[in-house]
Amino acid sequence: MTAKLSNAQIAWRAAQDIADGAYVNLGIGFPEMVAKFQPPGRQAVFHTENGVLGFGEAPAPGTEDWDLINAGKKAITLKPGAAFFHHADSFAMVRGGHLYVAILGAYQVAETGDLANWSTGPKGVPAVGGAMDLVHGAKRVAVLTDHVTKDGKPKLVEKCTLPLTGVGCVTRVYTSLAVVDIEDGHFVLREKVAGLSFDDLQAVTGAKLHFDGPVADIDVPEV
Amino acid sequence: MDKRIATLAEAVADIPDGATVMIGGFGGSGAPIELIHALIDRFLATGSPKDLTVINNNAGNGHVGIAALIEQGMVRKMVCSFPRSADPRVFTDRYLAGEIELELVPQGTLAERIRAGGAGIPAFFTPTSFGTDLAKGKPVQEFEGRSYVMERWLKADFTLIKAELGDHYGNLTYRMAARNFSPIMAMAGAKTIVQVTRAVEPGGIEPENVITPGIFVDAIVEVPAPAQEEALNRANAHYPEVQA
Repeated sequence: MTAKLSNAQIAWRAAQDIADGAYVNLGIGFPEMVAKFQPPGRQAVFHTENGVLGFGEAPAPGTEDWDLINAGKKAITLKPGAAFFHHADSFAMVRGGHLYVAILGAYQVAETGDLANWSTGPKGVPAVGGAMDLVHGAKRVAVLTDHVTKDGKPKLVEKCTLPLTGVGCVTRVYTSLAVVDIEDGHFVLREKVAGLSFDDLQAVTGAKLHFDGPVADIDVPEV
Repeated sequence: MDKRIATLAEAVADIPDGATVMIGGFGGSGAPIELIHALIDRFLATGSPKDLTVINNNAGNGHVGIAALIEQGMVRKMVCSFPRSADPRVFTDRYLAGEIELELVPQGTLAERIRAGGAGIPAFFTPTSFGTDLAKGKPVQEFEGRSYVMERWLKADFTLIKAELGDHYGNLTYRMAARNFSPIMAMAGAKTIVQVTRAVEPGGIEPENVITPGIFVDAIVEVPAPAQEEALNRANAHYPEVQA
């Protein structure tokens, strides 16, 4: 099969869709990489749900201030124009529709827009954090993910089998093989990696891929 | 009017067995470590308080702060959104052994339940958790074509938080992202006890800059140079100190 995109390349592709001045929440882990790939001339304002807008890069080791952290509890720095606020205000920004996009990871995404990304089942200690809040309210909810699981099973499915984070919430999925929108309960294919046939892509996708126009090759540099 | 209290021991002296206690902080940021440790000191000396219900975003990290409170067996139940951390073993072991109860609440719902508790709103509807396992058994209602889950307020007998500046009236400021849950927990506690890094005279905080008005605060105790949970954990600290 054709080479798939790296996580950094998936993050790069997602970053191209973020407008200048957009307010953006990046999920903990892989989605945090999106911040590195903003196109020149565009500057998003990043929100972290523990109560900061306008944070920047991680500080140099040894210069951390542990009162200044992100939702992943990593030390951050501030950009000029940053703001602090309490937790109820922070989630008002989320649920109140004030974010342009929330970009999250996923275990499974269904063609209905259902998302499973918080629990792999009943074992161990359950922990949800802000996952169930972040899927509601942002104008767009985008997911970054490998197209299939480590053992090759589709992550884009008709119906999630893992515990749901939210119902009908995802609007766009950036995978290692494709860019797919979710519209009216369907996966609509927008882009795929060059050289990958539609049949091969459909074979690793757990629900029908629809079209409503031309499908472009994903144009991503080495990053 | 002077809400200052001289010592940490006096500040936490009234918290009884079985109390519900909100504790500020998100991870280590904003955690009132010295107030928590004063509670542990009292327990080690008197056997109280125990059977506590603790409300915090997390369930402790390492062997200090909330983790130490749990390690002493003082906590019957945790209400939190994310009982994981760099070193969550103290909570995890007790949870898996059935020795501590967990009420798992989505983070924004936790914040809004606390805010509602402080604002006199017994319940509210939120889109968060609709259609998920965490909405099971909760009333659902449709508004303008979307479904919402009813959630109830959260209140506490006592709130323990850390602030940066505090004056005699209990007016408070916070330091950076250490603010997190503290302003709403201050509202939701029947008695709110605050460790402040610097106590100032009335007027020492510009009214424009007050984040928590003193009406929500009952007691302040000055703790200069408070410990940071993250720094304690990086030094592998235990509370009380483990004798070598």
